[in-house]
Amino acid sequence: MALKEKDVLIDPLFNNNPIALQVLGICSALAVTTKMETSIVMSLAVIAVLALSNLSVSLIRNYIPSSIRIIVQLTIIASLVIVTDQILKAFLFDTAKQLSVFVGLIITNCIVMGRAEAFAMQQPPKLSLLDGLGNGAGYAVILLAVGFFRELFGSGSLFGFTLMKPVTEGGWYTPNGLMVLAPGAFFLIGIFIWVLRTWKPDQVEMEG
Amino acid sequence: MQSKTSYIIGFAAAVCLVCGVVVAGAAVGLKEKQVTNQILDRQKKVLTVTGLMEEGAVLTPAEVQELFEANIKPRLIDMSKGTYAPEDAVDIATYDPEKASKDPSMSTVAEANLAKVQSVPNLHLIYEVQKEGEVAMLVLPVKGKGLWSTMYGYVALDKDGETVSGLTFYQHGETPGLGGEVDNPKWKALWPGRKVYNDGDVALKVVKGQAGPVNEAPYEVDGLSGATITSNGVTYLIQFWLGETGFGPFIQNFTKGKA
Repeated sequence: MALKEKDVLIDPLFNNNPIALQVLGICSALAVTTKMETSIVMSLAVIAVLALSNLSVSLIRNYIPSSIRIIVQLTIIASLVIVTDQILKAFLFDTAKQLSVFVGLIITNCIVMGRAEAFAMQQPPKLSLLDGLGNGAGYAVILLAVGFFRELFGSGSLFGFTLMKPVTEGGWYTPNGLMVLAPGAFFLIGIFIWVLRTWKPDQVEMEG
Repeated sequence: MQSKTSYIIGFAAAVCLVCGVVVAGAAVGLKEKQVTNQILDRQKKVLTVTGLMEEGAVLTPAEVQELFEANIKPRLIDMSKGTYAPEDAVDIATYDPEKASKDPSMSTVAEANLAKVQSVPNLHLIYEVQKEGEVAMLVLPVKGKGLWSTMYGYVALDKDGETVSGLTFYQHGETPGLGGEVDNPKWKALWPGRKVYNDGDVALKVVKGQAGPVNEAPYEVDGLSGATITSNGVTYLIQFWLGETGFGPFIQNFTKGKA
């Protein structure tokens, strides 16, 4: 089966979105999306890890003994995550502090492992890299959408700039408490999936 | 792919070696920058809690450093005596009270307390704001349990030893939007001017609901709505660290000029 490079990169955005269709990586999507800034940094971290892990797994895919392939993938992913975490702490200290453990938890993000095992183990490096970038971007789309609504309705601001002045600061807007809590993200992701499946009905699972 | 055991072991070893080198390289290579960031972050917090730097102001690392060195002096406190410790007791530049409090030989186990502080370091590090050669403010490190996490912060006291000049937290893991509001500048702005001691006891506390302006409620601060446990945590850590168990004895000696 020949895969087109463009499809590999673009498909995960909406047609085969890792969060909306495969419902993977939900944990971090709930945890880090209270603000746009953290959502963006987390998205970039996941894109970097996903692309590089796909690339490195694909490069050595013909040499990996199948009996230890999962642990080899995990070792590579874990190393990349630690490096990413160190870089964030060195260059984006304030944001890294807010992301706290969730950068480290990219290791357990099912999207990363899932793409390594399902795609990079069979496909050449270039396609795998694109697949990593595409899936990372698919994750990012959801994170940014959720982050946008949570920050806007939860704190009345975007990127830390106040747009709707909350009553606690003498303005008119009463912040929606649900939005800053994790369940708010659940609702938003649910709505996102609903909208996506109304737009692309073929994503709806068969009943029965 | 089926392989011989020796190949599998060799492959695993090679992967570990490569990954190990990458991880170690990143950790060692970036260490210096990370430590600088941490120190800078603390310095910024100390500067904001004392009002020397505005909340949210953007200063270059060099400016922060300069402001810090020009106005602030770190001092070691002997916690059991409540006095200054000799300057040469430890190297003040590298001394980490947090680390010391985990070392039984350098700390004292605290009695069960509401702030859930396990131990107090024998030597603690505070910061003094110097103005014209005199101490204008004391910046005392505090920590205590909130709902989810241990909150670490600083309380700044005026030189009278009882009026709060500021409060800030530099590390906590409370719920964003609820308990996480301990970080909110609007809430922190309620603290300056409140009094800590009434008849020698720590009377300052976070109350449920609104406390009112400083002159009406000198010992009370508005609670954080939806975050009772975090609010109580702040009360407990204030009581622990400003009371007998923490810096209380030092503050008494300091105000009498006997520290």
